Amino acid sequence: MVQRLGGLLPAAARPYARPILLLGLVGILASLPTWAPRFWIYVGTQALIFAIFAMSLDLLLGYAGMASFGHAAFYGIGAYACAELTLHHQVDLFALLIGGAVAAGLVAVPIGALALRSTGIYFLMLTLAFAQLLWGLAVNWISLTRGTDGLIGIPRPDLPGLDHLNFTFFERGPFYILVLVVTAVCFLLLEALVRSPFGRTLEGIRENEPRMRALGYPTFRYRLGAFVAAAAVAGIAGSLAAMNNGYATPDLLYWTVSGLVLVAVIIGGARSLIGPALGAFFVLIVQLIISSYTERWELILGAVFIAFVLFIPGGLAGLVRRSS
Amino acid sequence: MRIEVSGVDVRFGAVAALAGVDIDIAAGERRALIGPNGAGKSTLFNVIAGEQRPAVGRVNLDGADVTALPSWRRSRLGLGRTFQRSTLFGGLTVAENLALSIRARERSGWRFWPLREFALRAEVADRLLAAALSDFAGRAASTLGHGQQRALEIELALASGPRALLLDEPMAGLSGDERQAAVARLRALPRDVTLVIVEHDLDAVFALAERVTVLDHGTCIAEGTAAEVRADPRVQEVYLGNG
Repeated sequence: MVQRLGGLLPAAARPYARPILLLGLVGILASLPTWAPRFWIYVGTQALIFAIFAMSLDLLLGYAGMASFGHAAFYGIGAYACAELTLHHQVDLFALLIGGAVAAGLVAVPIGALALRSTGIYFLMLTLAFAQLLWGLAVNWISLTRGTDGLIGIPRPDLPGLDHLNFTFFERGPFYILVLVVTAVCFLLLEALVRSPFGRTLEGIRENEPRMRALGYPTFRYRLGAFVAAAAVAGIAGSLAAMNNGYATPDLLYWTVSGLVLVAVIIGGARSLIGPALGAFFVLIVQLIISSYTERWELILGAVFIAFVLFIPGGLAGLVRRSS
Repeated sequence: MRIEVSGVDVRFGAVAALAGVDIDIAAGERRALIGPNGAGKSTLFNVIAGEQRPAVGRVNLDGADVTALPSWRRSRLGLGRTFQRSTLFGGLTVAENLALSIRARERSGWRFWPLREFALRAEVADRLLAAALSDFAGRAASTLGHGQQRALEIELALASGPRALLLDEPMAGLSGDERQAAVARLRALPRDVTLVIVEHDLDAVFALAERVTVLDHGTCIAEGTAAEVRADPRVQEVYLGNG
């Protein structure tokens, strides 16, 4: 997309085309609280959170070539970690975000160590099984999670030093801006990661794992590293989701959530980070619009998904790239 | 690097792909492995490289038993290889293919920030030049022609800085000029690098190798200099005579 658009610009401006477009996008998103109704600010917040979640899965699916059908496990763990920390300890915002990331990353170590012994469809089924196991735990470990009722009454934390500015994340607008900032930071960190030697190594493993081993790469460790990193970022998204909704329930870990984020990544176009982020917005908004007319929104989203896979294999990112 | 294989058996179901294979290749030796299709040459490479665990037998590299080591550990000991069918990183650029191999040698994959990597880029440029691939640096490896893919295949193995190199039919499907370029590139290797080459093109084999081992039905049936092997009646019967 950006390379083609860049062709229209004078040569000196070309290297800046991509950052300028991204900044424009961030500008439009940042202006949302000034003109959108409250309800749409909430939807925008949820969409940004879902975008972080989708980008984290793209690290696995697009760059490392591992299709996980259990990514919701780490989203849910992030949410529960945030809930436990706010309800039982006085911690600030950064501690909550990091807490969500660390909790999800830690749980990802044993799950990854077992699931990554397989690849392809077996990996997909194993991740699904582990996620459903954790969902079962969230439903049944009532002393910790209060079962299907979930942990409720999670307050939105304040940023230290901002309270005297009459600025609070209890307001939808400021919280939306906070989530936008976290989304931008996550995007930049993931973008750096996929361009780093580590990210290139993951791409090599996706293209040809036996060859990477023959070159001397301990590929299992790299895949585990990617799995844990993706889980940690999903944990941040989960932590924000708990703050946004005010609760953490087992639904967050259910396999339909893993399916929905997988659909967002594929519709958006894996292997571009920005694509899955757009896909997350697309999926959430389509869901919202269709579900106001019919309860069978999953049926229609499924049809849209099939249409994308069959006719637009590059996803939204590929579509924009071709039309410009 | 010295490569010793002793008493190796590999079975695929009822078929014995390798049966009691013993082979001892000295450090710096240039050894050819020939034999009809299905003789077990690629399987033997897989056993040495660690992609195939033998049912019985041992593999030693420089005297150390590596039978239980995974392929990436053997690679780190200095064992490089090419594959019979080009197995490149098809979706990545030619330059990035080489960068992956160089980072493997330098063990610099665990860095999480985009880096300029000046030294690495310079080495990539040198290697592209040496392999006559400079014009294709930015192209996806899968879009290269067959000859260029083979050249990249060899260069990938060289870039990992091997002390021993297993070459599985590196000349297959190459034109005369491309063969000569490949032979020249391999002859330029330092004398202390061990070279084991599986090849059907006997001219290329005898241009590179001092000693020849002949495999048939998973066993070694002859070993010696080119002249000795050519004169061996069993070899004439199973291989050269048929060709």
